[in-house]
Formats: sequence, C-alpha cells, structure tokens
Amino acid sequence: MIEVKDVTKSFDGKTILHGVSAEFKTGKTNLIIGQSGSGKTVLMKSIVGLVRPEKGQILFDGRDLLKMDTDQVKNLRKEIGMLFQGSALFDSETVLGNVSFPLRMFTAMTEAEIRDRAQFCLERVNLKGADSKYPSEISGGMQKRVAIARAIALNPKYLFCDEPNSGLDPRTSILIDELLSDITHEYNITTIINTHDMNSVLGIGENIIFIKQGYREWVGDMHQIYTTDNEALNDFVFANDLFQKVRAYVVQNEKP
Amino acid sequence: MLISHSLATFGRYCLFMKRVFAIPDRWRTFGSRTVLEISKLGVDSIPLVMIISLFIGAVIAIQMQINISSPLIPAYSVGLATRDIVLLEFSNSILCLILAGKVGSNIASEIGTMRVTEQIDALDIMGVNSANFLVLPKVVAFLFFMPVLVSFCIATSILGGFGVAVFTEIITVSRFVYGLQAMFNEWYVWYGLIKSLFFSFIITSVASYYGYYVRGGALEVGKASTDAVVYSSILILLLDVILTKLLLQ
Repeated sequence: MIEVKDVTKSFDGKTILHGVSAEFKTGKTNLIIGQSGSGKTVLMKSIVGLVRPEKGQILFDGRDLLKMDTDQVKNLRKEIGMLFQGSALFDSETVLGNVSFPLRMFTAMTEAEIRDRAQFCLERVNLKGADSKYPSEISGGMQKRVAIARAIALNPKYLFCDEPNSGLDPRTSILIDELLSDITHEYNITTIINTHDMNSVLGIGENIIFIKQGYREWVGDMHQIYTTDNEALNDFVFANDLFQKVRAYVVQNEKP
Repeated sequence: MLISHSLATFGRYCLFMKRVFAIPDRWRTFGSRTVLEISKLGVDSIPLVMIISLFIGAVIAIQMQINISSPLIPAYSVGLATRDIVLLEFSNSILCLILAGKVGSNIASEIGTMRVTEQIDALDIMGVNSANFLVLPKVVAFLFFMPVLVSFCIATSILGGFGVAVFTEIITVSRFVYGLQAMFNEWYVWYGLIKSLFFSFIITSVASYYGYYVRGGALEVGKASTDAVVYSSILILLLDVILTKLLLQ
C-alpha cells in the first residue's frame, strides 16, 4: 500500500498541491482523476520521486520516500514500474531490447534467461512477432503494451501509469485498461493510474481519488461515483450527455 | 545578474559532472555503449574531418605561397608554415570547433529529445543513474577517439598541401617536402594532441549538459542544441588561449 500524507508542492511560489492525503491500495487499480492543471501529474511525480514535495510523507508499505537516502531510493525504484504518457520507449532499442533493459541492468540473469523473461512479458501483454521492431515502427497501442511489458519485467510491487490511454482509440484504450486491471489483480500490485478518461474511471476505478485545484476533493470507487453529490466531481465525470444517460440508467436500475 | 547566472550554471554543470563520473551500474553495458559511441561520434566523423582537412590543407599551402613569396624567405617555407599551422592550430582547435558543430549538436539534440520524451525519466524511475548511463560513454568514447581524428586531420591536411605542390606550379614538390621536414619540433604534435583531449571533453560534456536539462518541446531541444555549440565553441577558444600559454611558453 502507498500512503500519501499532507503532501504540499509549489513551483515558483505557486502552490500546486495543498496538503494532499490519500491511500493507494494493494491489488487494486487506484485512479487519480482531475482536470488538466489540477495537480494530478505533480502528485504522481511526487510519489515516484521525480518531484520532491516541500512537506508531507510518502509511505511505500510504511517506508517514507522523503526520508530515504540515495541507495534506499535506488533500491525502492527497482520495485517500481512506470508507464509514461508517451510510452517513453528507448528509440535506439528494439521492442525486445526495451523489455530486456531493466533485466539486463538489475539482474544477474544470463542472456537466454533475459530473452525468455522478456518474451514472456511481451506475450503477457498480447504482443507477439514484434520483438525485432523499433518503437517508431509500431503503433501507439503497441508502444503502450511494450511499455507495460517493460514496466512489469522486474515483477514490480508498485505500478504507475501516467495517462495510459492518451492518444489511443477507444477500443485500444479499453484493451489497455483491461490489461492493467488484469495485471494488477494477477500479480497483486499497487497500481496508480493518472487519467481523465471517463471510460477508465467507470470501468476499472476500484479506488478513485479526485483532485481539484491541488486539493483532494473526493475519494470513492466506480460504483459510488454514480451516486455522489459532489458537484465538482459530477461536473467533471458526467460532463457530456452520454455519461449523464449512463448515470441515470445505472442509478435507476440499482434502485431497490 | 549575468555573473550570478553564470555561477549558477557552472555550479549545476559541476553537480552534473559529479553524477556523470559515478561508477557505472553495469560495466558490460558501459563497455558496449562506449564502443557504440566510438562508432557514432568518432568513426562517423572521419569523412567530414578528411574532406575539410584536405581542402583547408590545400588552401593553407596556397595562401602561404602568396603571402610569403619574397626573395628573402626560402621557398621551402611554404611546406614548413603549412605543417606548423596544421600541427599547432588547425588539427586541434579549428577541428574541434568544427566537431563542436557536428558532434555537440548531435549529442545535445539526442539527449534533449530523450528528456522531452520522458526517456530520461524512465531511466531515473528504474533506478538507473541516467547522467552516468547516457553521458559517460560519450565522454570516454570521444576522448579515446579524438587522437585518431587529430591524426587523420594532420595527415589529410598535409596531403592537401602536397596536392597543391603536385598539381600546381606555385611550389615544387621537393621544396614542399623539404619544408615539411625542416626544423620539425615533435612537441608540436603532443601539444596538439593534449589540447584536443581538453576540447573533446568540453564538446561532449557541455553538449550533454545542455541536452540533459532541456525543458519543454522541440523548440527547446533546438535551442539547447544551438547553445551547446555556441558555449562549447567559446570555451574551446578560451581554453585554447590558456593551454597555448601554458604549453608553448
């Protein structure tokens, strides 16, 4: 479990996160949602240590990231997998090379073992026959799947996904969501997904944290979101007619 | 304001270098990346070095003939002056200014693009020392290969001058060759090689620094690439003066 307590972060005198606290549960898909500029990316970058907050605690199963020395942070990072918005695959490496990379850097595996493990990860994300291709030669959806395979190669305890559906068509977005959800449950990972894709929110949101203007505004799950009376959340999630109709249908059919 | 900004930049550059010169996580990976960089930064620069050196060598020979043609100066001076200009300045300082454009912009844009596409963040998240992983192989590879490039430059420039003697009638081949051998000072070769090592470090480290700290998008990567070339060129010229004073006097 990851706990964030009273995290505050400012840039150039402007406070982006105002004492945010939240719990991200193990074995669940935890979603951070909020409008663009609400501070959700800063929150995620603070949790993974790319940004250092001025105040607060970030606890990885009780270990405070902000009190760790360099070696401890380095060791913690071996337990973290991250999927970036733009996939962040290494251009100079093939698909197999990208997935093999963390194995080559941090394990004592032989080349054959590395290859087997990398191919297993690629098969786990339903990607076959692309081993020798370069990132520029495959589609956006395939790139995301390679990035997921790379992120799970070292069997991480924590998986972070920054806008995993960004730039993908709706069908591929659903596939990626399902994949992330399956991997989370299968390997009992603490997964944190930063998104503003409503399909993800309503489809895989087992623990949702809504951030508004740097404050934690609401916490709940994908079922509670239909019946919430939080105005800001309703405005954000059910902004269009389709989702309003979905909510009306769900609420009506769930009535006793 | 300018001084405080310069000091801040220098301080950040020093901290960056501290991260670069850490012990590599994996020596084997470091070795393979270094070999790759030797090919990319060094071997791939040979054609450019040879083309430029050939023509500049020829031009130096022609200009020497025009400028020092006097009954009081022996004719072989053309060969001697061509050789010394090449050894003292062209094969190291000028060559490195040219390479700052080619190699420096290449490094800054490559690392800058990795930064804006979050590839460097991906390395950091994995627990890899990204500065060390990306930059140290480049610095070591270019330092290692620079003497080879300088040697190619010297040989091709002299060949260019020799070509002038062979294909034109402004100086005879025998006088040019005699000039090349006359009053040869071996230290000049070492002087050029020593300078080029300092310059190669400046080119790779300054370009890497500007690429590594890019913030933004394609526009900023372009600007970082330009800054890398401009600042490494200025530093090369500044260091040229200092090293010349130290090594030749």
